[in-house]
Amino acid sequence: MKIMVTVKRVVDYNLKVRPNSDNSDVDLANVKMSINPFCEIAVEEAVRLKEKGIATEIIAVSLGPQQAQEQLRTALALGADRAILVQTDENLEPLAVAKCLKAIWDMEKPDIVLMGKQAIDGDNNQTGQMLAALTGCAQGTFASELDVESNRVKVTREVDGGLQTLDLALPAIVTSDLRLNEPRYASLPNIMKAKQKPLDVQTPQQLAVDISPRTKLLGVEPPAQRQAGIMVEDVAQLIDKLKNEAKVIQ
Amino acid sequence: MSILVIAEHNNSQLNPATLSSIAAAQSIGGEIDVLIAGYSCQSVAEQASQIPSVEKVWVADNAAYQQFLAENMAPLIAELGTGYSHILATATTTAKNIMPRVAALMDVQAISDISAVISEDTFKRPIYAGNLIATVQTTDSIKVLTVRGTAFDAVPNEGGSACIEVVDKVQDLGISSFVDEQLAVSDRPELTTANIVISGGRGMANGDNFDLLYSIADKLGAAVGASRAAVDAGYVPNDMQVGQTGKIVAPDLYIAVGISGAIQHLAGMKDSKIIVAINKDKEAPIFSVADYGLVADLFAVLPELEASL
Repeated sequence: MKIMVTVKRVVDYNLKVRPNSDNSDVDLANVKMSINPFCEIAVEEAVRLKEKGIATEIIAVSLGPQQAQEQLRTALALGADRAILVQTDENLEPLAVAKCLKAIWDMEKPDIVLMGKQAIDGDNNQTGQMLAALTGCAQGTFASELDVESNRVKVTREVDGGLQTLDLALPAIVTSDLRLNEPRYASLPNIMKAKQKPLDVQTPQQLAVDISPRTKLLGVEPPAQRQAGIMVEDVAQLIDKLKNEAKVIQ
Repeated sequence: MSILVIAEHNNSQLNPATLSSIAAAQSIGGEIDVLIAGYSCQSVAEQASQIPSVEKVWVADNAAYQQFLAENMAPLIAELGTGYSHILATATTTAKNIMPRVAALMDVQAISDISAVISEDTFKRPIYAGNLIATVQTTDSIKVLTVRGTAFDAVPNEGGSACIEVVDKVQDLGISSFVDEQLAVSDRPELTTANIVISGGRGMANGDNFDLLYSIADKLGAAVGASRAAVDAGYVPNDMQVGQTGKIVAPDLYIAVGISGAIQHLAGMKDSKIIVAINKDKEAPIFSVADYGLVADLFAVLPELEASL
């Protein structure tokens, strides 16, 4: 079974981002970039499927600037067999990403595409669902457990009320939630070995995909800040404040 | 302009989250229609027809829509949606699953989780876990939007008399099916619509200690939530998680107990009207967003709090 797994290069999740000087965009100058944490979980799941003997080949795919090769090398070090970078310096929207991935999907014909449920920069939570639409595949979003059979996959999903399990025909698109697994760290020998694994570079133009943007970012701003509050001494004072000052309890 | 709002429901009750999307639709302006897609969901259609600002309720009643599978819902919405300028749904996990699929079928770049309407084509939305707010303008002729429920006050749900019309066409792709679900059963209010929420974090130390929160919640009529740390540690199930990747809440009163206040958690609750933080670490970041902070051992404070209510 062939697995395609997608990785996005994003600002490291530990960093706090700020608007640039004219509030036109996010300031990304000289900030540490990493694999999107949800994508890392997707890679881990692909590697576990290979270790269980279910997956035979894992292809890692990323879209972005040349430096996104770093994130693909990380995926290769974690256990992907080969990688494809769709290289562009344009800022890609989820629909454009999904269209590029569809072009790769047509060439590779994977049985399962594993993706992160959302990237922690744009927080769109769209690309997996869009790829499923473009390929006509079933989708298992926000997955917390996978049970892969020969031509089907059972996906347990994190939904508002609890958990829901769906049965999907393959090929299918699955997006990971936080509790699907705990990703491993790449070992040093595997990091060294990853440098020898194949990494193919394509462009949206070669894939004949129109990536022109549909939206325009008019600006970014910090959210409204809350006023600093006060410290109370004890429970009695807290209850007094909630009853008589804030008037939120009776 | 004409707006199609996709209702969230369980085939018998309209989810109040839908009323936030209708509020967002009102701020865009124009005729508002609602789609109820489900199975044996006629009663939901009748509830939706009572919403004063709604002109027409579409009902697609078929077993193919019973579990709101994205594979079947998306083509239905995409086809019906071609007659509208905007398609909206409140950003629940159901809508987040379906709406991007709708958008891609229509060749539209969806806009997720809008928190404000600037004009009919320009919206604000949180990015980077709510650390920044982006203003985005779309050039797509049909706008597909999900709406942050807490950012729009629910419209009234009584007094209207919209007409109800049936959608005959059935979309059943047959590539996905429902197996089962484990839904939390609780007599307490639902997290995202409760007026008071009390949440516990890693400081609760184990799942049994959440009983301390449940007894306070029952006295206050509150819902109980949790931080990601408490969910990851296995104290409580994932549907209780408040935060960027869990539920977004904005109650009148939010009480954070033993929660340090990671950015991810703040993103899910910082629009609450009044925030109370109880934590033994006086440096905890949660105090920077709290209206009332109490530095104390939660195991001493919670029984006292319960006794005083």
